[in-house]
Amino acid sequence: MTGVGEKAVTDAAGALPTSTAKPTKTALEGWRLGVTPTLAGLRHYALIPILILAWEIGVRTGWIDGAMLPAPSAILNALVDMSEAGLLWRDVWASIVRVTVGFGLAAVVAISLGLAFGVWPRAAAYLNPLIELIRPISVLAWIPLAILWFGLGDKSAWFIIFLGSFFPIFTNTYLGARSVALIHIRVAQSFGAGRMLFVRQVLFPSSLPYIVAGLRVGLGVGWTCVIAAELIAATSGLGYMIQLARTMIETEKVMAGMVVIGVVGFAMNAAMLWLERKLIPWAQPR
Amino acid sequence: MGDISVLRLSKSFGSEPGSQVLALDDVSIDIPTGQFLCIIGPSGCGKTTLLHAIAGFERPSKGEARIDGRMISGPGPDRIVIFQEYGLYPWLTVAENVEFGLRAKGLNAARRAEIVRHYVNLVRLDGFEDRYPHEISGGMKQRVSIARALAPEPAVVLMDEPFAALDSLTRDVLQEEILRIWSVTGQTFVLITHNVDEAIFLGDRVMVMTARPGRIKAVIDVDIARPRDPAMRTHDPRFLAIKDELAAHLRDEVALAAA
Ligand SMILES: Nc1ncnc2c1ncn2[C@@H]1O[C@H](COP(=O)(O)OP(=O)(O)O)[C@@H](O)[C@H]1O
Ligand SMILES: [Mg+2]
Repeated sequence: MTGVGEKAVTDAAGALPTSTAKPTKTALEGWRLGVTPTLAGLRHYALIPILILAWEIGVRTGWIDGAMLPAPSAILNALVDMSEAGLLWRDVWASIVRVTVGFGLAAVVAISLGLAFGVWPRAAAYLNPLIELIRPISVLAWIPLAILWFGLGDKSAWFIIFLGSFFPIFTNTYLGARSVALIHIRVAQSFGAGRMLFVRQVLFPSSLPYIVAGLRVGLGVGWTCVIAAELIAATSGLGYMIQLARTMIETEKVMAGMVVIGVVGFAMNAAMLWLERKLIPWAQPR
Repeated sequence: MGDISVLRLSKSFGSEPGSQVLALDDVSIDIPTGQFLCIIGPSGCGKTTLLHAIAGFERPSKGEARIDGRMISGPGPDRIVIFQEYGLYPWLTVAENVEFGLRAKGLNAARRAEIVRHYVNLVRLDGFEDRYPHEISGGMKQRVSIARALAPEPAVVLMDEPFAALDSLTRDVLQEEILRIWSVTGQTFVLITHNVDEAIFLGDRVMVMTARPGRIKAVIDVDIARPRDPAMRTHDPRFLAIKDELAAHLRDEVALAAA
């Protein structure tokens, strides 16, 4: 975490800070400057098409067994077929709704608990060992219990996703709550701020960079959990879909599902990174 | 309101007897309401420790500090600290930072807005209400911190080297503003500084501390009439005489601290 940028701007006699003069640029130069970082970012994806091409050639020349690892073109065909039949979108939607519910519940509970631990450190000292004991238990190990408690279906999946998302969010929030700068605590004490004001205007915003980082990790874990839960405990969703395709030995459909899982997860992460920049403009890495 | 008395206060840090650091040793001083006291001394002599004891952030190991006769046992809104590093909340705007102490006081929104406007104007920050701390200069941040401290009208304002991180031009301007504000509010001000000129220009009295462990070496009255003209720092014979006296006290102590 970086602190607040100390920008050196001269300030004599309460004068306006002098704006840093920018040399004038032509429109074209300006356009290039704006576009270059984007192009440079795209360049880092160059390996992906190369790999896909090599893979395709490998299958077509028989060097790779297409039954074990279908060619990208076969996967693409499967994707187009499934998407035209509308089944793919139903499954994608089912998985996204599940992860939204489980992750949303986890976010509310984990953030509240993490901040509460920051407010009541003595209670936290007793409760934290409990959480640290449950944390290392893989969510996969919870699936049998989830089915026993909630049966096959949405509730089991929510529970599994909740568990997966909870710990990264909680751990980060609690860390953030313990990382409030001493000077910020002292200022609040000095003014005699009550608990509510302290939580709203000091503890929560100060922890926010940690919370958002936790949410990003938590959503990623939640997304892997929804697939795991659907493989076993659901009758819809991407996990269920690839499980069904496996039993039919439609390997290209299995892989098409995997591709969609990857792309959706990637998009979720990108959205969270964007949110991170939006929510905490005062703590930008320089 | 705002009468501070420090009586035989000592403070040591560290728990094991062998590795304890005695930061303050038997310090006693009375600061009557409305006085401007400056504290000067070599680094590490315990100036911040003394200020924090008055603020209520540090418990004395021996002795006590009182405000208006009441024992100081913790921080409170009657004694607000202005830190060298400002201590602004980076997620709040200038206006919201100034408003913080007023929210803590439980004032309603209309009253808060009115007071914020007054203090933002007082420190000449009008037009910057909606900026965030990372968008303004160091001098402006310190103005925000001053406005925030003054807004709830504390009886005592405690300043820990408030201008040390600023360029000398900004420092001169803020010194005059602090004097102007102090002269109308009648609050008790305690200001720590490294700068002899600053101490004399601002203070009714200047307290010189010894190298660690911090004791009071001398308390010098600055018998120069107010309002004071900034030009006195180079011209006024009384100013220069006090400066010589202070400098002599400090030379000994800084030499000791460096030894
Ligand atoms: N929290 C602390 N723990 C241990 N030692 C401290 C602590 N605070 C201050 N000290 C020590 O006490 C002495 C006085 O510190 P301080 O009051 O900050 O000095 P000054 O403000 O005059 O530079 C220093 O030697 C410092 O190292
Ligand atoms: Mg200090």
